[in-house]
Amino acid sequence: MMSARQWPAEGVTRIPYWVYSDRDLFEDEQARVFRGPTWNFLCLDAELPKPNTYRTSAVGAMPVVVTRDNEGKLNAFENRCAHRGSLLCINERGEARDIVCVYHNWSYDLAGNLTAVAFRKGMGGKGGMPADARPDENPPRKLKVETLCGLVFGTLDADAPPLETYLGPEIVKGIRRVMRAPVRVLGGYSQMLASNWKLYMENVKDSYHASLLHTFFTTFRLNRLSQKGGLVISEAGGNHISYSLAADTGGKEYEQAGMRAAQEGFGLEAPEVLHHVDEYGDGVGLQILSVFPTFVLQQTRNSLAVRRLVTHGLEKTELVWTIFGFTDDDEAMTERRLQQANLIGPAGYISMEDGAAPGFVQRGVNTAADILSVVEMGGRGIKSDDTRVTEASVRGFWTFYRAQMGL
Amino acid sequence: MDVATTFQVQELQARYAQALDDDRLEAWPDFFTDTCRYLVTTADNLAQGMPLGMIYATSRAMLRDRVRSLRDANVYEAQRYRHVIAPPVIEHGEGGVVRAQTSFMVARIMHTGETMMFVTGRYDDRIVLEGPDAPRFVEKVVVLDSRQIDTLLAIPI
Repeated sequence: MMSARQWPAEGVTRIPYWVYSDRDLFEDEQARVFRGPTWNFLCLDAELPKPNTYRTSAVGAMPVVVTRDNEGKLNAFENRCAHRGSLLCINERGEARDIVCVYHNWSYDLAGNLTAVAFRKGMGGKGGMPADARPDENPPRKLKVETLCGLVFGTLDADAPPLETYLGPEIVKGIRRVMRAPVRVLGGYSQMLASNWKLYMENVKDSYHASLLHTFFTTFRLNRLSQKGGLVISEAGGNHISYSLAADTGGKEYEQAGMRAAQEGFGLEAPEVLHHVDEYGDGVGLQILSVFPTFVLQQTRNSLAVRRLVTHGLEKTELVWTIFGFTDDDEAMTERRLQQANLIGPAGYISMEDGAAPGFVQRGVNTAADILSVVEMGGRGIKSDDTRVTEASVRGFWTFYRAQMGL
Repeated sequence: MDVATTFQVQELQARYAQALDDDRLEAWPDFFTDTCRYLVTTADNLAQGMPLGMIYATSRAMLRDRVRSLRDANVYEAQRYRHVIAPPVIEHGEGGVVRAQTSFMVARIMHTGETMMFVTGRYDDRIVLEGPDAPRFVEKVVVLDSRQIDTLLAIPI
């Protein structure tokens, strides 16, 4: 059922708080956003390194299976048996030549086609299905899959535009920049957030909060050198890149600043945790890239990660992190990435607050459904900008969201 | 394992947990040797041979930096832990260092009163038992049974 809510007349400079607490809206989103003409990040190509492997993922709340078949082709389909709807894969990853439902042993090939029904003709002439039965009347829904630089995306809507069109040229460029070589996965973890999924995505897109909520860098006087940066927003608003130049492009200025701060009683005792090399040769120390609805590609110095959300419920969102480097990294680079991983994740010097802030909003607005948030930092538009003190990409998110939702 | 060694290891573990549970974070780095290894990771990462951690430090100075960040920089709601630690399984290592594997459960108590089972797992420790500053952890790998953390992990485990 469609929510009867009306968006405020001011447009995307106003966010009505019911968007975070309306149960009907949550269900509508599953259909219009997640099963609609959007591209959802599923996993890294490198997570399926061999033929005949699978891993589970999700599109919104829908469980999906991603497979690499015998020919090396990637497939994705709903993790639901055509028979009684049971999960087909109950493990997170594994090797398989076919997928067999645990409940009644119905079998599928790695493209998600039903290939066999156990005891279809019964046993000893008894039982079994009628000859005209159609066991695959309600098969697991298949996703169209496209890969860009080792990132695997899927869509449930056959009418979705091609992935690169959906992303837009600047976002494609931003992805190509980070994903410069074949990936080596370093590990992962997840966080369960007590908030609506949109609050986390707004947090990601909100470049305005960065130096205000996250005081790690300012407390340790690590960013006193001016950090230029800006914001790139895709034309339709849904995807964005926020970036800033590293203060320490050569390494030395940064270290010296760090040491000065340390002598003054601030600064880190062990600043090597942040030792960074400019692996892209462009001086950009931070690039946060998001793709509507729930994908984040992060370069924080030499710490690289993909993040995706699983929308378990209206106020229950799982943030899944996969941290990676490249197969051509030497030992020193891997160690650097592991050290800098201290900045991110549930215990991250920078990311820690991002796990909590969406929950603070959720708790604040649950009883304020009809009140509006004013989002006018940086004006009222959704254009790219050379400042990060703006909420333009948050407005971009809502512009794209409203178009998907018909709100 | 002899009783004296067992007692020494258990005592160290108990005091370590007590320091964290009593919010004496400043004392936490002193449970480690100057050059040390502290890693909070997940059983899943370990099983896949993946090196990533949630917290990773290679010196006591890095541990002190983390405490200062928790005290002065990071924003998180007031909370406490209660560690419950099982008896360690101890094995002799090289050079006066023993290995100990110890199960733990940590409850998290929020300022709101909400109490939850926060994490379970095991400590894979290497402990130096002899010398002027002993006993201390040379290495503490905190292997969390689950890869999922509720909201955030601020206070060390």
